[in-house]
Amino acid sequence: MSELGPPLREVATHCPYCALQCGTRLAGDRETGVVVRPDDFPVNRGRLCQKGWTAPAVLSATDRLTRPLVRRRDGRLAEASWDVALERVAGELRRIRAEHGPDGVAVFGGGGLTNEKAYLLGKFARLALGTSQIDYNGRFCMSSAAAAGNAAFGVDRGLPFPVTDLQGARTVLLAGANVAETMPPLMQHLDGAELIVMDPRRTASAQRAALHLQPAPGTDLALALGLFHIAAVDGLLDRNYIQDRTRGFEAALRRAMDWWPERVEAVTGIPASDQRAAVHMLARAGGAYVLTGRGVEQHSTGTDTVAGFINLALALGLPGRAGSGYGCLTGQGNGQGGREHGQKADQLPGYRSITDPAARAHVAAVWGVAPQELPGPGRSAYELLDALGGDRGPRALLVFGSNPAVSAPHSTRVTERLAALDLLVVADFVPSETARLADVVLPVTQWAEEEGTLTNLEGRVLRRRARLSPPGQVRSDLQVLHELAVRLGEPASRYPTVPQEVFDELRAASRGGRADYAGISYERLDAGESLHWPCPDTPDPHPGTPRLFLDRFEHPDGRARFAAVDHQGPAEELNPHYPLHATTGRVLAHYQSGAQTRRVAELNDAVPGPFVEMHPDTALRSGVSDAGLARVISARGSMTARVRVDPTMRLDTVFAPFHFPGEGRANLFTHPALDPHSGMPSFKVCAVRVEPVSGVAP
Amino acid sequence: MNRVLVLGNGPTAHHFADRLRQHGHEGPLTLLGTEPGATHHQAFLDALLAPADLQLPPPPGLDVRTDTRVVAIDRAQRRVRALVGEAETVFPYDTLVLALEARPLLPRLPGIAAPDGRLGPGVVVPRTAADRERISGESAVVLGGGPQAVEIASALAARGTRTTLVCERPHPLEERLGETCAAWLAERLERAGVTVLGGRTAVRRTPGRLHLDDGTVLPADTLVLCPSVVPDLELAVAARLLTDSGIVVDAQLRSSDPHVHAIGPGVEHEGRATEGPAAALEQADTLARILTGRGGTYRAAPPVLRLRIRAADVCHIGTPADFDGPDTRLVTLTDPKERRYARLALRGERVVGAVLFGLPGAIAPIVRSHRLSQQLPYDLVGLLLGWPPRSASDAAEPEARSLVCLCNSVTETALRQAWQAGARTVPALATATRVTTGCGGCGERVRELCAAWAPGRHTELKDAA
Repeated sequence: MSELGPPLREVATHCPYCALQCGTRLAGDRETGVVVRPDDFPVNRGRLCQKGWTAPAVLSATDRLTRPLVRRRDGRLAEASWDVALERVAGELRRIRAEHGPDGVAVFGGGGLTNEKAYLLGKFARLALGTSQIDYNGRFCMSSAAAAGNAAFGVDRGLPFPVTDLQGARTVLLAGANVAETMPPLMQHLDGAELIVMDPRRTASAQRAALHLQPAPGTDLALALGLFHIAAVDGLLDRNYIQDRTRGFEAALRRAMDWWPERVEAVTGIPASDQRAAVHMLARAGGAYVLTGRGVEQHSTGTDTVAGFINLALALGLPGRAGSGYGCLTGQGNGQGGREHGQKADQLPGYRSITDPAARAHVAAVWGVAPQELPGPGRSAYELLDALGGDRGPRALLVFGSNPAVSAPHSTRVTERLAALDLLVVADFVPSETARLADVVLPVTQWAEEEGTLTNLEGRVLRRRARLSPPGQVRSDLQVLHELAVRLGEPASRYPTVPQEVFDELRAASRGGRADYAGISYERLDAGESLHWPCPDTPDPHPGTPRLFLDRFEHPDGRARFAAVDHQGPAEELNPHYPLHATTGRVLAHYQSGAQTRRVAELNDAVPGPFVEMHPDTALRSGVSDAGLARVISARGSMTARVRVDPTMRLDTVFAPFHFPGEGRANLFTHPALDPHSGMPSFKVCAVRVEPVSGVAP
Repeated sequence: MNRVLVLGNGPTAHHFADRLRQHGHEGPLTLLGTEPGATHHQAFLDALLAPADLQLPPPPGLDVRTDTRVVAIDRAQRRVRALVGEAETVFPYDTLVLALEARPLLPRLPGIAAPDGRLGPGVVVPRTAADRERISGESAVVLGGGPQAVEIASALAARGTRTTLVCERPHPLEERLGETCAAWLAERLERAGVTVLGGRTAVRRTPGRLHLDDGTVLPADTLVLCPSVVPDLELAVAARLLTDSGIVVDAQLRSSDPHVHAIGPGVEHEGRATEGPAAALEQADTLARILTGRGGTYRAAPPVLRLRIRAADVCHIGTPADFDGPDTRLVTLTDPKERRYARLALRGERVVGAVLFGLPGAIAPIVRSHRLSQQLPYDLVGLLLGWPPRSASDAAEPEARSLVCLCNSVTETALRQAWQAGARTVPALATATRVTTGCGGCGERVRELCAAWAPGRHTELKDAA
């Protein structure tokens, strides 16, 4: 408790950033300034990282959008009234739809949107626009883990157990996850365990590990297969579990048997003895968890790679047992809820498939339309962006809660496609790089100005609460969707603007789906209940499901599935022109495209601009020096960044964070090869070379 | 419809057929055993290393003819003539894949053959998993000085079999590793339970025994022969395909007849024979991709011997020629106390050949950099001995490097200032600077700083001085 005593009228809510959704309490107001303090919530237990502590600064960002902006004839964005802005959007949408059909208009959502917004956005796209062309930035985040999790377990919930369960573990494998930087408060749950960290870089998490496996980028699946191989050959399999609770073991093992440790060593660069040590640590008594992050997921082989780690966990009998398990560490604030309620190209609310006739019938009934009125599946995120303004691609795009000009792969191409549109509409609260390209910018509320729910990485549904009223003419995304829908001829009652009403409709739409929210209500959440989905609507209130799979997996036969995956190598091999691997990722001080965190002075001071990390020998051989400027060049484009030499880097690998705009966009060089199952681009590996930037003094 | 016919019924053939189906080949796919009798999809060593209850069946759904003996390849008619039982049968193809395992050259050793000319009971020439069934009893002698003999002896000992390795050279693998490493390898094998008898030859097998030239008689319920092998080229030669040390193939793994491909031990690519099981797997994978239109070209991985044993980390890279080129520098590091050894053949900043012993942390990066022809780090000694990386040479961001709390960007300087302003406990420092409030990993360090800065401690230090 602070020395000033408890502030008055604190509001209990959650941090606006990552999927941990740390509990926070907000005091103060716009005049005196909003003050945040960490709450004693299970995931963060009184802790916060620097992003969380400084989150209120985004509320008073000096360039906060407070009035709609419309691009004038002279090419400049100018303030306009809501009526003018919305009429412009609706008019253009009507024209484009008439000329190009409903798929002429596309929607791009975000994993930071509340459940209510994500749900209403999906409904708006399918009904008001009638378009199949909707996807979201979660495709760049969670999609590989989601696809692999669904295939293995019959359902995709990032963690099928509460994070507090990790406290009891003896060993935790973090495969491509840098928790110490991306989710610092989670580390307290890992204090009791010995960590095995698999990461091409010696990250803050790797420094805390008992064993650091440092594979060459793009070889994670070979490693996963090798670990499975060792488990089998060293007699560490849980044979009873495999027999009673799984299917597909032999076919999967047959692939893994080709990956003996010494072969894996030559491909990954990880000593065979370290591979054996890792498996034996995971197999010993005392409980083990295998957790994956973006490092293994953001590949054109991401789904197979995650499946490789799930195979390992299944072979050791970890999932679906108290005290052990497999999970994926969801990234974005509402990365979990955001992928359940219909802003994905192939999904309807409740984590239903848009191609499943029963699912279509259920949702259509809730929406009061005929099933055949619902469009089918659309393009996945990068395919959608890639098609914009093209011959058969959409002519208009509405963006909510995303900044694809920075966060999508192959930025040059994406920026070019955005420019080719007849109409780009961006709803945001700050002028993001994508908003600056827009024809119409709609100012919307942010976290502390709105009510709603989010679903954190544990599948726990949380209440976001307002501390402030929105500034200026800012409206909520729900209001914007309502206004646009009405202008497009939809009945007003179909698009409620009160979050709780939207949530109640979401409950009905999700009823009976994989992610069933029917038994969750604002009342129950506000009464302090801890509710993890699935939580069906039952006569006695259902207690929610903190732990999945204890009795059975979600496939009809109750069994988990091994996947017969194999390592094929990255989409882009090294070659004499591009002799280095480049990998991209995150730093502690910034979040996603940095549109929010770059506006917080304290965070910007911590990491003020783009950098590229490399081994000192790599720097020397590339002719660049520490703190000097370098260009990182791929066959697609180049970024400019300040060099940071780090002797713990692999010699063949450079790293750049993707949080920065303009010439500092790491996505200028990334490879857009897509995972065939998930649509995930290859953010984590491509081939580059590094050159000094001539004529610029460091 | 592409009819694919595979000659061969061993691990390479099975692996190829499995991958071809995996990559979507829907047409006919038939495997012909070139000689009668069932073979197995797994290599002997894989089967030996795995627990007894983990013997995998062959991939399901393969059309395998085990009772055939291939007589000839008729390239003009694109068909293969074979004897099925007594009857001659013709198998037409659009694409023929030769996936023949190598053939062992049996030593002239009295007592190994039964009267019918087959191997006698308890005598094993290890090829595939099926041969594992021939191992019996409590004692085994492995005869041979190459990698296969070392790996099998090591695996047998690990299973609890009383194992002796007999080789003609003083130590196993001596011609590849050199005297020092070969001696150390023998020593490590002994420690792992393998009795190593170098400089001997076997003269006779009697039931349960092996007699050596120096009069030693070894208990040998099982005798494992690891002779040299030769590629099985008869059919290819008879069909007048271009052969040298093996069937000559291009980067598409095509022989001199574009309808005939070849993979596995009997193949020569760019003047080099396929070496080792990993290379055969990669050829099978690559050809499966090529034949299903997924593209790809075969590039032979450079020759690397990496022993699959637990007793020691041993690796040999390159050929003898790689070690004595005119512009090659040889660097040798010997650490007899720790039994660590490295001999590197360097050309410029790249490694072209190496012998590595007892250096698990160096083998992995050196093998990979050799494979990809990447430059080695300047700190070669650090790489070999596994020293921690040097700290970064300059201090462009000294502030950043004194970070105590990464989660909240709190430097030691900021903590000292807070301390001087009156925050004298960990909680007070946390309130003032947010130190320890993120992951909590810096708690210990902050307590140490508090203790170091505490006035009492200064007094004590002064007193002590």
